[in-house]
Amino acid sequence: MPEPILDIRGLEKTYKGGVKALDGVDLTINRGEIFALLGPNGAGKTTLIGSVCGMVRPTGGVIEVFGKNLATQWKTLRRDIGLVPQELSFDMFDKVIRQVRYSRGMFGCAPDDARIEEVLRSLSLWDKRNSQIRALSGGMKRRVMIAKALAHDPQLLFLDEPTAGVDVELRRDMWRQIDMLRERGVTIILTTHYIEEAEEMADRVGVINNGRILLVDNKDAIMAKLGRTEAHFTFDAPLADIPASLSAFPVHLEEGGTCLIYRGGDGTGKGKREVAEIAQILAREGIVFAGLDTRESTLEDIFVDLLNEPEVSA
Amino acid sequence: MTFNARGAFAIFKNELMRMFRTIFGSILSPVITTSLYLVVFGAAMGERMDLGGVDYGAFIVPGLLMLTLLSESTSNASFGIYMPKFTGAIYELLSAPVGVAETLIGFVGAAAVKSLILAAIILGTASLIVDYSIAYPLLALGYIVLVAASFSLLGFIIGLWADGFEKLQIIPLLVLMPLTFLGGTFYPISALDGVWQTVAMINPVVYLVSGLRWTFLGQSDFPIWVSFGATVAFLLICIAIIGWIFKTGWRLRE
Repeated sequence: MPEPILDIRGLEKTYKGGVKALDGVDLTINRGEIFALLGPNGAGKTTLIGSVCGMVRPTGGVIEVFGKNLATQWKTLRRDIGLVPQELSFDMFDKVIRQVRYSRGMFGCAPDDARIEEVLRSLSLWDKRNSQIRALSGGMKRRVMIAKALAHDPQLLFLDEPTAGVDVELRRDMWRQIDMLRERGVTIILTTHYIEEAEEMADRVGVINNGRILLVDNKDAIMAKLGRTEAHFTFDAPLADIPASLSAFPVHLEEGGTCLIYRGGDGTGKGKREVAEIAQILAREGIVFAGLDTRESTLEDIFVDLLNEPEVSA
Repeated sequence: MTFNARGAFAIFKNELMRMFRTIFGSILSPVITTSLYLVVFGAAMGERMDLGGVDYGAFIVPGLLMLTLLSESTSNASFGIYMPKFTGAIYELLSAPVGVAETLIGFVGAAAVKSLILAAIILGTASLIVDYSIAYPLLALGYIVLVAASFSLLGFIIGLWADGFEKLQIIPLLVLMPLTFLGGTFYPISALDGVWQTVAMINPVVYLVSGLRWTFLGQSDFPIWVSFGATVAFLLICIAIIGWIFKTGWRLRE
């Protein structure tokens, strides 16, 4: 039975000027999972994180962390919450190790140089511990942000676009770091534009748009429910009509009858099986196809479809 | 809700370290300025002032001390809280388990301590140039601490209010500095003509300078309790404003 670590109910945020950034968000995060929150710019991802982490004052709803109301017990609860914001935000003129120690102290933890060393080593920052932050590369600066967030050993960690603007190598390095945190039992909520990141890392995925959660589910369940297979059979000689034997399949003709397109399946392999059946039927009926292209829809396709159909609800 | 002592100390230490990164400029500037004031004003005005037997150099030392206390306390605290806002690092303060008490002890405490260190340096510098004594040392120390804390609180409010470097400088440069110069730093209020004496009475810095001068010389323009009372009232008003800021999230939280 999954144990909720964060329970958000009916969360609302309307900014001055009337912009409604969060419109009745309900979301439950379970202990130990990695949850990816996907959404386009302005969807409400950062406002949602800010509401839990204290930068944003919600205008409605309830947030419970570890089963306790955050509004009334924030001081106790925030000791176990960490945040890596999207922007590189620290005192650039300070040294790495001092900034990490500062973060640990601010969250009420006793000084522990052994733990600081462990955090810095895990992020390959130990050799740079006495460097001024401004002298580090962009990737190293981002690691400092993570080190600061980990310095007080949070149980619940928010990563707001952790790999935005970093190169592929560093992104994969970050993913390894996140994996290590998962192994240590840290619950992670990450927002990202990169669907690949969600596919790679997340146990569950949520999609938010216009301040509303459109979908929350297990990644594999989403693929099963919303995944599609698309196949293109091309012919040298155009077909006049779809053969009657294919009437049970979701197919149609395009390009003057020279291309038979199949769109179906559910992300569980059903689509591939049906494409194989169609190929066998065409061969049995002597209809020769010159080419066959197939592709499985990705989480990205599903995400784009969801955003184009805003009426879909969780 | 428990007080996060480690959090308060972490902020306090971080702020002091940040200030001491520019320690040479921070110390040299007030030392040179104070020396120049003592030498130049002492030479230019000292002969002409009738101070009832008090040496002019000794007379202006409390005023110069107040000038430094006001400007340094205000600018240290305003810069201290404005920089995290400017760089975005304020997110950490907002997401940490620190409330108004920890924040004030951290930021305002550090700003006040730096001002006190500078005050000690200025007094040391002045002792090399003029002959002065402090009539009530403990009262003087208490009053200096009170003023440093009060104006660090004011600086903290300015730092929260400012949304650009220009605003950060407006009140220290355009309000505090002129009021201090017109507040009896270099002359007794009784030396002014009738109408200007009345105008001077509405300048709050007059009471601050007068209070500090009383602890040094045992005499000044106003009774000491007026100065203490006005400064404590100012301190309480600043704390109330900061309490309101944290409660409403004004300029802090969206």
